[in-house]
Formats: sequence, structure tokens, C-alpha cells
Amino acid sequence: MRTIRTRLLTIGALLVLAVWQLIPTNVTQRVRDPVTGRMKDTTIRRVPINLGLDLQGGIHLALEVDQSKGSVPDCADAIQRAEKVVRTRIDEFGTSEPVVQIQGRCRLIVELAGEKDPARAKSIIQRTAFLEFRITDMKNLFRDALPEIDKALRRAGVTAPGQGAAATSVTQLFGSDTGKAKGKAKVQKGKAAKDTTDQNAPGALSSLLFQGQIPGEYLVPEEQVPVAESLLARPDVQRLIPRGIELRWGTEVLSRAGRSYRSLYAGEDRPIITGEYLQDAKATRDPLTNQSVVNFVLSRRGGRIFERETGRHVNDYMAIILDGRVQGQPPVIKSQIGQRGQIELGAKPLQDAQDLALVLKAGALPAPLTIIEERTIGPSLGQDSIKDGIRAGIVGVALVVLIMVGYYRLSGVLAVAALALYVVFTLAGLAGFGFTLTLPGLAGLALSVGIAVDANVLIFERIREELQHGKLVRTAVDEGFKHAMSAIVDSNVSTALTAFILYLVGTGPVQGFAITLIIGIAASMVTAIFVVRTFYMIWLDRRPDMATLSV
Amino acid sequence: MIRLFANANYDFIKWRRWAYAITAAVIIPGFSLFLIRGLNYSIEFTGGTLIQVQTPEPVGPERIRGALDAAGIRDAEIQQFGAANEYVVRARIGRAGAVVEGLTETTAAAVDSALARALGPAPEHYKILRTEAVGPKVGRELQSKAFLAILLSFLVTLAYLAIRFEWRFGLAAVLATGHDILSTIAFIRYLDLEVSLVVVGAVLTMVGYSLNDTIIIFDRVRENLRKFRRQNLYEILNLSINETLPRSVLTHGTTMATTIALVLLAGEVLRPFALVMTFAIFTGTFSSIYIAAPLLMYIEKRWPGEDARGARALRPTGSVPLNPPPAAPEGGSGVRSKAAV
Repeated sequence: MRTIRTRLLTIGALLVLAVWQLIPTNVTQRVRDPVTGRMKDTTIRRVPINLGLDLQGGIHLALEVDQSKGSVPDCADAIQRAEKVVRTRIDEFGTSEPVVQIQGRCRLIVELAGEKDPARAKSIIQRTAFLEFRITDMKNLFRDALPEIDKALRRAGVTAPGQGAAATSVTQLFGSDTGKAKGKAKVQKGKAAKDTTDQNAPGALSSLLFQGQIPGEYLVPEEQVPVAESLLARPDVQRLIPRGIELRWGTEVLSRAGRSYRSLYAGEDRPIITGEYLQDAKATRDPLTNQSVVNFVLSRRGGRIFERETGRHVNDYMAIILDGRVQGQPPVIKSQIGQRGQIELGAKPLQDAQDLALVLKAGALPAPLTIIEERTIGPSLGQDSIKDGIRAGIVGVALVVLIMVGYYRLSGVLAVAALALYVVFTLAGLAGFGFTLTLPGLAGLALSVGIAVDANVLIFERIREELQHGKLVRTAVDEGFKHAMSAIVDSNVSTALTAFILYLVGTGPVQGFAITLIIGIAASMVTAIFVVRTFYMIWLDRRPDMATLSV
Repeated sequence: MIRLFANANYDFIKWRRWAYAITAAVIIPGFSLFLIRGLNYSIEFTGGTLIQVQTPEPVGPERIRGALDAAGIRDAEIQQFGAANEYVVRARIGRAGAVVEGLTETTAAAVDSALARALGPAPEHYKILRTEAVGPKVGRELQSKAFLAILLSFLVTLAYLAIRFEWRFGLAAVLATGHDILSTIAFIRYLDLEVSLVVVGAVLTMVGYSLNDTIIIFDRVRENLRKFRRQNLYEILNLSINETLPRSVLTHGTTMATTIALVLLAGEVLRPFALVMTFAIFTGTFSSIYIAAPLLMYIEKRWPGEDARGARALRPTGSVPLNPPPAAPEGGSGVRSKAAV
């Protein structure tokens, strides 16, 4: 009797502990305040089981320091700083429970659960990489090199595609350009460009490029971008690009005369300043002109550098380059700028200014980051997965219950009662250790219900055998548990070992599966052996003279 | 009271050669097909881009193929996925000219804009439910990790079984599990299932499950070797398999009930996983009886242990009844018939 009481107390204590893990608790979340639009901390009550991205929808990104352009000496340090930067930025971005963590030595994992607009989130994170300001090709060195490049391409047998059509576009484009009358000098330069193209036509590369509005800006018809890209990537073309000049694509697509163009910028290969000197940036709307502007502040040292550089480059255009892509149209440097500066975005919506400010503000990334893995799961798919997973789980469990009770009668009922405890314990284990429930995890849970009854099946079969050998009920139960034990322990330990290896070696979803399996195995050992044994003890205690057993 | 296979007395081991023939007939063509054509790896392993699209009305994969062709995205696979109005577009790195390395993110954007052009603007005419873009480096990492995981789990189990039983049992169990992996690969190849990380997880779970099953039988073999000193290994193996038969049927029945529920109800993402698990339970059971047990016999014959009765005879002596008769004090099946309440 005393042992039954202690056993019941133990089970009760475990149950209380498990339920305590599962009752809704206060969780701090950062939520966007609907009135001010700012992020703020709020507490909400919810069951503390983390749902994986595949269940609640969201975006998962793996980022690495880009080592393709020369190795980064200390990538662990670089990724740590990047993590800090990405963390603050994501917090501002508006996800309630963002995950930013370093995996291994130099990989950054970003998870934005429940993110409803993955495209925007992704673009912001993608732009977190590397910020630099570069002066565009003011002396038109690249344009002057174009005839040489065309010649080289002609020698290599590359000819211009659709030369006639291109020529008319040139005139149209320049027509609209001159109409805008940006400045005398530029128009003349534009004409010069046209002349060179005409003289050397058909030029394979120059026929794809149209002079833009500012020095160093070229427009490439959207459908020709891949062609231009492949031409520019040729080593013979690369060699002829003037020393000190680098080409960068812009992010924006412009449309002129019914066609869309992507901008290509020739600029100096050295930045006048990089993002690490940036301290703060804010987007506002100028109340007088109703224009979007971004105000930025540099560090003291950055201010000195910027003052020197901008002093040398007044009236030059400065490209803002993030991740190797020119952001918007390069603004002109109107005067010498010190620690504080302003970027005018004109009539663009405030959202654009805010995004640019966001990028500038935390833009002190020491090294560029590349996305090496990306998963986006729509919230509806997550909902469907939960629904399907739970439905399959319920049907599966119902079948197990049916089989167990149908086959083992009252003993089966005991096993099913233990199974209910098992599910509670497993969920509590997931919550208590802070693991995340994923879709494969849900499958693991359903599967482990099937496996969990195995221990009881082993015990019950053993008891049946013992009864068949003529043992008394009480002895048969004792012997059944005793003899089944070695098989249960050995089989469960070996399964747990494989699950453990799965956890060690696997990533993300596989780990989730392994964890639920391991917790499930541990919980099933407790319920199938300890709990069911206790039930039997109570049962036999009530009816000590029981001659037969419902098993 | 229902009793399945109670006091069964089948000569399982006698049929071992038939079992070998059947399993070879399944494995050899499937495995050669695997060696020639490889498996249908998910983009997690190959690197590349996957986009799952939902349209309000079924438009047919041809329409989507047309949209992508018009945008110049070729060599992408298009598949109906689950519901009639859901499609999956896959562009793998490494397929001839499919996607250039490093362009995986751009592929997703390109597919998006191609669909917008062909079907109409996004939320009304189509919805992107899921995108995955995996760089080639991650894919390579995962491949080596999956291989490492299988190898490690083999070594660890071998060590564990060597400690708990002896190395002969461990070797037989691990070889039987090797058989299961081969037959599962053949199964995956036959159904042309997509091998994702989760499917590899299923294969690894199968390793655990199959070992689990073998261990249950071997545990009984270990016990019966101690209990019946006069019978040879052939008889002991048969006896043990027969004794554990009700348990096998019950456990595999319940587990298969759950995996079949997963196959039918858990949705398209989990279906390959559930199918592999269902097959794994089948092959795990089969190999425990027809591969692991006969192998143990051969191993004992080749390298006899202290208790190596397998060396004595491979044929049943027939002198001793395989199953000890139930000692029923109340006569016959009295205990059993009264057992039901």
C-alpha cells in the first residue's frame, strides 16, 4: 500500500509538473503599436510551445559572410557584428518573435515567424549587407573605353543584336532626356555618346547601353540585361574596363517610352566612405516641399573623412551602394558635408525613405552577407499543415486506442490511459526544454504514439504467456513486467541513440523530429512501465483474490 | 478474448532461401536503377529553388510551364502538388543549365514575375504559398551530414549491441538493418519519391525501428538459449520468432495504423515521409525474421561462440517439440478462457 501511495504521488507530481509547463504563461513579445507604428513590448498569455515556421508560416534565412571576393580574416567576428546589426534591424522591422542566431562559426540564421510579407522582409534583410558611398564615373572613363570594348568583342565574333531597332531607341531616349534639360554639360556629353555609338556601330556592348541622366549612368533594356551581364563578365571585356572603375547594377527598373530599363552605373572602385561610420539615419517628410528625405549622422571620425571627400567632390554624384547594388538614383553632392547629411528622395513615398533609413542606420556591417538558404512558408500553408497533421494524428491515435482496447480489453484501457499521460508528458517536455514543434515533429509525435504502445504490447504479451504457463495472476503480472524489461530497455535505448545522432547531425526540421522522438521515448518508458505498473498494482490491490486477468 | 498467432509454430527459418530470393528480386533491380539514375533529391540536397503556387481555379501545369517558358525559365520541373489548384515549381542547381550557382534567389523572383505576367497580379490570380532557395554549399553539407548520420548510427548501435548482447548478435542486427536501407532505397526509387531531409529522417528512424524489432527477437533468443539447453540454434530462432509473433503483429499493426493515417491525411509535404515509414515498418519486420535470424545462424556457424549451437546443426532435429506445451494446472486452456472479464 505504501508503495502504491508513493507511486501515485510520483505520478501526481509528474503530472502537476507537466501541466504546469503547459498552462498559458505570460510571454513578452514585441508588437507594433497600431497608433504610433512603433515596436513596443507587450505581454500576452499563451501555451508556451513554440511552433516551427512550417506550422505558423514565416521566413527562414541562412546567411554567410561572402568570401567570394577575397577571404574575410575573422569571419566569426564579422558574423557576430552582423548578428547584432541584423537583430536590431529585425526588431525594428516588426516581427513579434524574431530568431537571429549564429550557427556554427560563421553562419547566421534569421527566422521571422508569422511574417506576412516575406518579400519585403527578405529585401530588407538582404540589404543588410554592405553599405558604401562611391562617386560615379564623372570623367566618363568607361564610356570612352566603350569603342575599344566593342572592337574587342567584334574581334571575338560578338555582334550587336537588332542594331536598327536599338538606334531608334537611342534617339527616343535622348529626346526625353534633353526634354528634361538637366544641364547643358550633360546633354552635350549625351550627344557625344551618341556620336561614338554611331561611328562604331554596330557595337555589341554599346548598342545595349543608353546614356542616363547623370555621368556614369547607363540604361539597359530589361530584356537585354542578361546579355549585357554576360558580355560584361567576359574576361576580355573586364580587362578593358578602365582602371579604377567598377560597374554596378541599380535596383530600380525605369520605364521610358513603353519599355523598361535597368540602370547600370560606372563608378570609382573605392568607396569614399563605408557603412561602418554611419551612426543613425531617420526618414522624414519635409513639411515645406512635401518631399521624402533621409537624415543621417556619421561618427566623428567618419565625419572627418566624409568632409574631406565631399569637399573634393562637390557637384559630383554619389552612388549609395548596398550589397553591390546602387540604391535609387545617385544624389548629387551639393556642398561639403560633415557629420550630418541629408538625402532627398523627391516625390518617392515615405516608405522608400524609411526603408533606406533602416538600411543606413544599422548599415555598419563589416562584411557583405549572402543568403545561402531561404525558406518561406505562407501562413495558410502552415494552418493547413497543422490541420492535416492534427487530423492524421487524431485518426492514428484513435486507431491505436481501438486496437489496444479491442485486443487487450481492460489492460488495453490502462495502456490507453497511460498513453494520454504520455502525450501530456511529451508536450510538456517540448515546452519545458523550449524546443520547437515542427511539422516533422508532429509526425514524430504521431509515430511515437504507435511506438509508445510497443512497451505495453511487450508486457501484456508476456503476462499472457505467463498466465498460459499457469502462473497466478499476481505472479504473472510481476514476471511479465520483469521479463519484458530487457527487451524494452534495449530496443528503446537503440532507437534513442539513432534519434540522438539525428539530432547531433541534422538541422532544423530533422532536429525537431529527433527531439520529439527522444522526448517521446523517455516519456513512453515512464508511462508504459511505471504508470501501467501502478495501475496494475491498484487493480490487484482492490481485488487480491482475482483469478483471471483481462489482458 | 482475441488472440492472434498464439502458440504459433511456423518454421520461419525453413523459408529463408525463398525470402532471400524475394528480397533480392526487390532490391537488385531497384538498387541498380538507383545506381544508374540516382534518386530524386529535393533541392535541399541539390541546391536550387522550389516555389509552391496556389491558383483560385485549377489552371493545369501546362499553363504554368507556358508562363515560365515565355519568361525564358527553362529546365524547371512543374508538378501538381496535392490539391488540383496547387503546383510546385522546382529548379535545381546542377541540372544541365537549370540554374546558375548563386542565382537561386533571383530564380524565385523571376518565377514570381513570370506568373504575374501570365496569370494576372499576385493575390487574386495566384498565391505563392512557399518558396525555398538553397545554395549549393548547403546542399553539399547536407549530403555529407546525412551520410555521416547513417554511418554513425550504425557504429553506435553496433557498439551498444556488442555490449548488451555480443558482437555476433550486433553484426547480424546491423547487417539486417543494412538490408533495410537497401530495400528502402529501392522502394524510394520505384515510387520515385522525392528525397528530402525529412525522408532521410524517416530512413534514420527506420534504422532505429528495424533494430528495435530485431532486438526484441534477439532478446528472446538470448533468453531461450539460456532456457533450452538441448535445442539447436535453428530451433531456438524459430521458437523465439514464434513467441514474439503476437507482439510483432500488434506493434506493427498499431504503428502502421498511424503511418497509414499520416499517408492518407497528413498532407502532401509529409506524404513521402509517411510512405517511407510505412514501408520501413514492413521491411523492418521482414528483415528481423528472415534476414537477421538466419544471418545470426550463419555467423554462429562461421565463427562459433561459446554458446554456439548454430554450429551443431542447421536442420531441426525434430526430437524436441519446438514450443513447450503450456503447463496448465487447471487443465487445458482453462486459464485463458477464463481470462476474459
